[in-house]
Amino acid sequence: MIEIEGLTKSFGPIVAVAGIDLTVARGEVLGFLGPNGAGKSTTMKMVTGFLAPTSGRVRVCGFDVENQPLAAQRRIGYLPEGAPAYGDMTPRQFLAFIADVRGFSGDEAGKRIAEVVEKTELDPVLDQPIDTLSKGFKRRVGLAQAVLHDPPVLIMDEPTDGLDPNQKHSVRELLRAMAPRKAIIVSTHLLEEVEAICTRAVIIDRGRIVADGTPAQLLARSRHHNAVTLTLPTQNTEAVKAKLKSLSGVATVEQTERSDGTIELTCFPRSGALLIDNVIGVASAEKWDVKELYAEPGRLDEVFRAITTHDAKRAREVRT
Amino acid sequence: MRELVAVFKREFAAYFATPLAYVFIVIFLFAMGAFTFYIGHFFDNDSADLQVFFGFHPWLYLFLVPAISMRLWAEERRSGTIELLLTLPIPLAATVAGKYLAAWAFTGVALLLTFPIWITVNYLGHPDNGVILASYVGSFLMAGAYLAIGACISASTKNQVIAFVVSVVVCFLFTVSGAPLVLDFFRAWAPLTLVNAVSSFSFLTHFTAISTGVIDLRDLIFFLSLIALFLAANIVVVDLKKTG
Repeated sequence: MIEIEGLTKSFGPIVAVAGIDLTVARGEVLGFLGPNGAGKSTTMKMVTGFLAPTSGRVRVCGFDVENQPLAAQRRIGYLPEGAPAYGDMTPRQFLAFIADVRGFSGDEAGKRIAEVVEKTELDPVLDQPIDTLSKGFKRRVGLAQAVLHDPPVLIMDEPTDGLDPNQKHSVRELLRAMAPRKAIIVSTHLLEEVEAICTRAVIIDRGRIVADGTPAQLLARSRHHNAVTLTLPTQNTEAVKAKLKSLSGVATVEQTERSDGTIELTCFPRSGALLIDNVIGVASAEKWDVKELYAEPGRLDEVFRAITTHDAKRAREVRT
Repeated sequence: MRELVAVFKREFAAYFATPLAYVFIVIFLFAMGAFTFYIGHFFDNDSADLQVFFGFHPWLYLFLVPAISMRLWAEERRSGTIELLLTLPIPLAATVAGKYLAAWAFTGVALLLTFPIWITVNYLGHPDNGVILASYVGSFLMAGAYLAIGACISASTKNQVIAFVVSVVVCFLFTVSGAPLVLDFFRAWAPLTLVNAVSSFSFLTHFTAISTGVIDLRDLIFFLSLIALFLAANIVVVDLKKTG
């Protein structure tokens, strides 16, 4: 539903987006990740037709955004960064304006507005000027505006930024409920968000895609993927460590002392090895006094940092 | 067309949702009255017409119209709502025209509210109401021309102060382009046809012509085509900003 081909954008000498190819199908929720200034927002602005690309093209539901902007924009719901809205209007007036522009009138407009107001829980502030609303409500006004016409394509630039945990949860529920019928791109800094709602994660850095896969695939690239951690009292730590190291599949063991006097030992697997059974086996055989034991699926922030800082370092090296 | 009306309605309502409209209208009416009665010595003239009143319009518009037009686009750009507006499925021409017409209608409301002076002059004597009507039409057209210039300049910046100052300067040049101040600059080197062309751009000349009561097609075409030209430029400016 969204096809991006060779998309680039430069502002003078600065290259913000340096050749992005991406296709998003119906039912996909694509998490768009990257450090600040990586080109996430610029890409979204080009997909929605706010900025013209320097080269490359974007098609939304088959319509070229540059040549048939209106046809494409009718099929897009867009939440720009910071959820801008006309501050002197109330959410009711604002949504009525959006409905009007989108070609809904009378009962149809009323029905759609009522529907999104319910979905985004805007009821309590419907007649207050948007300027006076809290950040969370403002964001929800932006969301309501974006989904009012039930678009097949949703582009959301940091939809949960600045929301409290409850609000984040309800926004995610909203997205999840709509996901099967739409192609959705969500940009975010929050890695937990990707794990919570995205079916696919794309990491971009300095205008390029540096990773693309399901959250699980990205997690598999983490050093902590399938790592097993046990918490023990401090006695004979060295013996335990030696025993753990001798297990097949264990690459290294790291230890961390905790403030409550116990010690944490994390076993990192050789690539692909599953450690949990072996560790449980040895722990019960040796009758260790294990307080906690868990395996990890991996840490997305670790992958994120590894990918983006590595590339930044390499770029610096190339430049000098 | 539906989109244009939607944009127009939103913009027009926005004036009255903030104190802007009321402050503007009060100052506009107060200034009109002050100029007409104190500086123009309306009563001392002892004549039942509104020439003094309309004579001040170009000079008042020079400062008051840019005050309206400066926010048209600059504010959208600063607050980020431009991103919302330009990604809605509205033809760019409809957005530009809708915003412009709302501002023009608003100045029209302010202008209509000067009606007590028309009542006054009719109460005191027997003015030629045809001339007065023509002058109102001319004044409204002139306000529209100032607005179109200001809207175009507002689209090119996100700073409202810059939009205001530049608009005042450009509007000033259009107002006085028939005056020696401007023409002498051209006379020194330009051929006569160019000097005449520059002088024909003067708002004062065209407005004065209309306010004698004769609505000449050429004066109408002058203002309307100037408005169209600057709205077209406005569209181009907004479109160019898309390329960053």
